[in-house]
Amino acid sequence: MHVCDEKELSEAIVSAEGPLRIIGGGTRGFADTVSGTELSTLGLNGVRVYKPGALTLVVGAGTPVSEVEALLQAQGQRLAFEPMDHRGLTGQSGPPTIGGMAAANVSGPRRIQVGACRDFLLGVRFVDGAGRIIKNGGRVMKNVTGYDLVKLMAGSFGTLGVLSELSLKVLPAAETAATLRIEGLDDSRAIEALAAALAAPFDVSGAAHTEGATLLRLEGFAQSVSARAKKLATHLSRFGPAEILDHTATDMIWKRLRDVVPFHDRPGNVWRISVKPSDGPRIGAALRDMGEAQIIYDWGGGLVWALLPDDIDARAALQGIRGHARLERANLENRKTLGVFAPESAVIAQISAGLRARFDPRGILNPGLMQTAKRG
Amino acid sequence: MDMPTPDPSVLSRKDEIVARLRAALPEGAVIADPTETRAYECDALTAYRCPPLAVVLPASTAEVAAVLKICHAARVPVVPRGSGTSLSGGALPTADSVILGVSRLNQVLETDYQNRFIRVQSGRTNLSVTGAVEANGFFYAPDPSSQLACAIAGNVAMNSGGAHCLKYGVTTNNLLGVTLVQMDGTVIEIGGAHLDAAGLDLLGVICGSEGQLGVVTEATLRILHKPEGARPILIGFDSNEAAGACVADIIKAGVLPVAIEFMDRPCIRATEAFVHAGYPDVEALLIVEVEGDKADIDAQLARISDIATRHNPVEIRQSKSPEESARIWAGRKSAFGAMGQINDYLCLDGTIPVSQLPHVLQRIRQLSGQYGLDVGNVFHAGDGNMHPLILFDANKPGDLAKAEAMGADILRLCVEVGGCLTGEHGVGVEKRELMFDQFSAEDMAVQMAVKDVFDPGWLLNPAKVFPLSVSNAHRAP
Repeated sequence: MHVCDEKELSEAIVSAEGPLRIIGGGTRGFADTVSGTELSTLGLNGVRVYKPGALTLVVGAGTPVSEVEALLQAQGQRLAFEPMDHRGLTGQSGPPTIGGMAAANVSGPRRIQVGACRDFLLGVRFVDGAGRIIKNGGRVMKNVTGYDLVKLMAGSFGTLGVLSELSLKVLPAAETAATLRIEGLDDSRAIEALAAALAAPFDVSGAAHTEGATLLRLEGFAQSVSARAKKLATHLSRFGPAEILDHTATDMIWKRLRDVVPFHDRPGNVWRISVKPSDGPRIGAALRDMGEAQIIYDWGGGLVWALLPDDIDARAALQGIRGHARLERANLENRKTLGVFAPESAVIAQISAGLRARFDPRGILNPGLMQTAKRG
Repeated sequence: MDMPTPDPSVLSRKDEIVARLRAALPEGAVIADPTETRAYECDALTAYRCPPLAVVLPASTAEVAAVLKICHAARVPVVPRGSGTSLSGGALPTADSVILGVSRLNQVLETDYQNRFIRVQSGRTNLSVTGAVEANGFFYAPDPSSQLACAIAGNVAMNSGGAHCLKYGVTTNNLLGVTLVQMDGTVIEIGGAHLDAAGLDLLGVICGSEGQLGVVTEATLRILHKPEGARPILIGFDSNEAAGACVADIIKAGVLPVAIEFMDRPCIRATEAFVHAGYPDVEALLIVEVEGDKADIDAQLARISDIATRHNPVEIRQSKSPEESARIWAGRKSAFGAMGQINDYLCLDGTIPVSQLPHVLQRIRQLSGQYGLDVGNVFHAGDGNMHPLILFDANKPGDLAKAEAMGADILRLCVEVGGCLTGEHGVGVEKRELMFDQFSAEDMAVQMAVKDVFDPGWLLNPAKVFPLSVSNAHRAP
């Protein structure tokens, strides 16, 4: 089903006779987890307002992320939270959309410095499961008028409502960037180095450990970046010599990390694990004990990407550690047996179910997508 | 302003309810004597007062849970209270309510510099959170102007901002997790030291829910290393249009200051008379602060100065020392006090798109003429969060009502130009009835559905945020 505006979207939901599978570009590749009639948001596209001097942008949910990024780039601005493009990882080909990005709260390496997608969402318009057209938030940067349903909608994966329009805070793009690369650190030592860098006043905008390299990104005005790079290298000298890479190399490195390129075209399941950064290496070690695991650390160690053989439940590595694991890429069978989303405690599950029952009384919006039964 | 009629069945059971609370809490944690509960009859919105049924001051999450269980069973409304600094009446009691004050929950539970967070009990004051980590070079970024007194519990409830949120965001962007006690006494942990929520972002909707979804007893907060330095530049203009255009150009140029503060002529004159900061007598004044190391600050200030020069400023004053910085900030920091010297004032907090600044200031001036009340404007220009201060005489009959009517007109104007009623103070009781101007009935129904899930009996701070006529059906027993 295709809809071209909010009214059509509302009518489509009201007249639905069964479950709806809400889809933007379908780049995350798990739409088939939901059986139902497909409802595409691609027709809800277009830039409604863009005010570079106010750092605000209002766009339809179906607008391709690439179109927005090109528009911003022409004004020297960007989506600061650096949304990942899932296509390479999942082997999908549709265009990543702003609505999909918001519905999944997709953020990249810069999340460690500036915040997540949800932190840059100023307002939403959506249609709930009863067909009501709802707005929340707005297009100004400070707004505490009523409850913040903007955050609730971000990361609700189309289960509370179908996003139709979003307003976003954008930021100036950096004039230049540099990356410090230290080679040869083991996981624990690498995460220590990242923590030492993040706890210093050098405005680190990326902190990762991948493919044997420990990486730190600095961005800003040219003079400031080179001065900070030198200071940071000195600050980290106990971890070994740091090579300083230029803007071009920096762009390539962090795009590769953002899109988890090392796991593209590799068999196995890809897990995305969110923990306290210093717990990262413990998770990594536990996963390696469980089987042939490949690990990438982003967000200073707080985001662990793991490539594991099929059928292994990475959540077992989280025993006694606070955090959660999402199955980011797997075949349908594994998504069903392992569950894409982390199971919730009984009391949280009750609240989530209560919210879904009120936002989507007929239970037709991506039903069951976010629920995973507790195992054992 | 209307409040719901107190429930007579609660009022008549006061002794029994107080006895149950006393049995559950340590000695001295329950206040029921009317001369003592008077201290809790209002918050910083002092125009409205009502002594509560009783006040409880629990010192642990378990004690908070015990209080809520008792009140839940007895169907007694509970009004959570941080430090009582709300400007919107968020902690205003009703006669049948128990005030749950978190002031005894003031401990630091954990500081973790490696993972850059602090976990505190929610009664701890905002400034003392920074106080707990600053010896190690860290700080907690949100800095509401009441930060010396205001509690983290209130900051979370109102999603408080501050002067530096252009760069660092507001409370919700710096909050990693909470311990929340639901009205029925259930304790839940949401979020933690990891960055992303599992499942629905409940933390995001709890923050800013004005104490209506649960009582936050502990909070995990992001801490940051202090920048090497910070310095402001002061720029004076002979028109609001020029100042507004300069703000937009600074932002467009890719400089991201930590703060861009704006003052208009009435405010400049009042502060000059009060603290003699040496501000130029201009139509509009900007204070722009940037951070970094010395070279970085110099480079950023040079860029800002270049941009400002293109807008024909009357004066540009770049700070070169801590003393000069302090002098530039002196007037801005005392602006509210200076206006208070002239008369009583009503402080508004609507937000507008920055591009609408000159238009809105002009309309405010017209309204000021119509109502015959003076207005000074001092606000966070970078994010469009305005603070018009309407001067009135509290001793003159009808003056408060007139000021409130004018305030409502200004807030409607904010909504009309694409902004909102409140940027950081919250709706509370003050702006409750204006919600109709920003939201449709359905917009509000969906928000109230969230409260229905967390607090089905509508016992937590029930008479706030939503217009009474709209929330009535939910609140009815």
